[in-house]
Amino acid sequence: MLVFIVRRLGTMILTMVVVSILLFLLLEINSASVAIKVLGPYTSEEQRNLWLEAHGYFRPIHIRYFDWLGNFIVGNFGDSIRFKVPVGEILWPRLANTGILGLAAMAVVIPLSLTLGVLAGMREGSKLDRVISVGSIVTTSIPEFASAVLLSAIFVYYLDLLPGTSSMSDGFSPVQLILPAMVLILYDFGYVTRMTRASMAEVMTTHYVRTAVLKGLPYRAVIMRHALRNALIAPFTVIMLQINWLLSGVIVVEFAFAYKGFGALLLEASLNQDLYMIEACAMVAVFVAVITQMVADIGYTYLNPRIRFA
Amino acid sequence: MAEQVLSIPPRESPVWRMFKSLALIRESVVGMVGLALIVFWVLVAVFANVLAPFPPNATIMPMAMPGTVGPDGSVFWLGTDHIGRDILSRIIYGSRRVLIFAPVATFCAYALGTPMGLAAGYRRGMTDDVLSFIANIILSFPVLVLYVIIIATVGASAINILVAVTFASAPGIFRIVRGLALDLRNREYVYAAETRGESPWRIMLVEILPNARGPLIVDACLRLGYVIITIGVLGFLGLGLPPPDPDWGGMINETRALATSFPHMTIYPVIAISSLVLGFNLLADGLREVSLRD
Repeated sequence: MLVFIVRRLGTMILTMVVVSILLFLLLEINSASVAIKVLGPYTSEEQRNLWLEAHGYFRPIHIRYFDWLGNFIVGNFGDSIRFKVPVGEILWPRLANTGILGLAAMAVVIPLSLTLGVLAGMREGSKLDRVISVGSIVTTSIPEFASAVLLSAIFVYYLDLLPGTSSMSDGFSPVQLILPAMVLILYDFGYVTRMTRASMAEVMTTHYVRTAVLKGLPYRAVIMRHALRNALIAPFTVIMLQINWLLSGVIVVEFAFAYKGFGALLLEASLNQDLYMIEACAMVAVFVAVITQMVADIGYTYLNPRIRFA
Repeated sequence: MAEQVLSIPPRESPVWRMFKSLALIRESVVGMVGLALIVFWVLVAVFANVLAPFPPNATIMPMAMPGTVGPDGSVFWLGTDHIGRDILSRIIYGSRRVLIFAPVATFCAYALGTPMGLAAGYRRGMTDDVLSFIANIILSFPVLVLYVIIIATVGASAINILVAVTFASAPGIFRIVRGLALDLRNREYVYAAETRGESPWRIMLVEILPNARGPLIVDACLRLGYVIITIGVLGFLGLGLPPPDPDWGGMINETRALATSFPHMTIYPVIAISSLVLGFNLLADGLREVSLRD
């Protein structure tokens, strides 16, 4: 097990390094454009060269990369061009906001989709199964930006129940969290439900479940004691990987509701060419994605005794 | 005992067999609903210039509610947007853009991902390790983060969006094809082909790929739906194709600030894009259902 974890950790670090190289090359290989982004388009050639010289941009690219990487690891991301303060000061609070939103969404998605998935998979092909399956396809087919607009139209325009934006400008307010979380839930629960259903349906056809049924055990006991335990291994992985999707989803949702979170920050940074902010945001996003992927892998191996890790 | 006549039915062409297996979709209600939605939008796109009551970019009468009668007596069935363009005509013309872009982008992604997946799954070893590592790195990016960074850096144009979608979808296709090839490479017909001395690429493309088509067709439908969402999202975030030509995601973005007073401007494009995605997702579900049956 230990060897397996160490190996996964190694892969993770290697992935992060390669991603950082790609990102660095994409954004910083052309130092002239870096100077334009940092100093603005209305600067003279001379000013730009002075700035580049002062910040070591005339050194060879690999030295610049290692320098950049070293700063990155200790959390020194540079200054945001747009906000004129260190990137971290903006980034961490924004990330915390997104964490709250993500947790709120997951807190509903996980129990909801596991319950629906198990109910649907328990009796494959039943009426309940068809309703849940088709329902989950329909909700996953409505893109997040579309359901954001639809739900605002319903709850803000027609019913006048919820606020239309979630900027939290007067401090944290849970009411403003409802719509963004609802959009994420609506889009994400379908996929987890379908995966849970498939896993449950597969377990229901196994010999040990049939044995339990034929032994005359009550149906409840068969489900609770025999089927569920194995059926929930696969959804665990799916839920962990769902965090990767959630990171994409928050960009749309936060933009739609003006929520001051990480996704909106990344989008604004990209649109404004806020170079160091883009780099930091992208690295954080990939870091979160890779970590959850690793936890998913290790957890899956740990939960499933049939897998031999080498 | 009657003499048994060994008769081998004439071999049907592969294209015909594939068509026949796809035609099984008529047994699935869900699949047929999906197919109907897709066919509907394809027809709309093909006959856009006949169906659309107004030119898509003409500014006629701003902020008209659905059903308003226009200056020349014709009706704005779905109303007009903030600068007076007929929403129905824009949705109709917008279907063209989506239905050209999404299949082309998906096809490019398959054209890139499939050969790599075949090579990795069939040859294994170094080829597999290197390709899998590259795929895993791209897949470790949350997709939209990747799009936003790429498009914001290189700029939004048709070709850039196409390249970004291809680049981001190919690794997923690679993984699926690789998995299928790993499984199929141990079949007897592959050994037979190897014994015949056929070249590796012929084995991959002629022996393995056609036998992997089932899951790939289902995946392609799901992926098409997802690419449509992606193109819509990019339009919604303001990173999509440049105006003024109608783009469903862009239409929603342009008018969503007015959605609280004029919800019709956003709701109809929302219905359009959701129904098309739903069509592909339902078709995929139906295809999976009928392919599991036989």
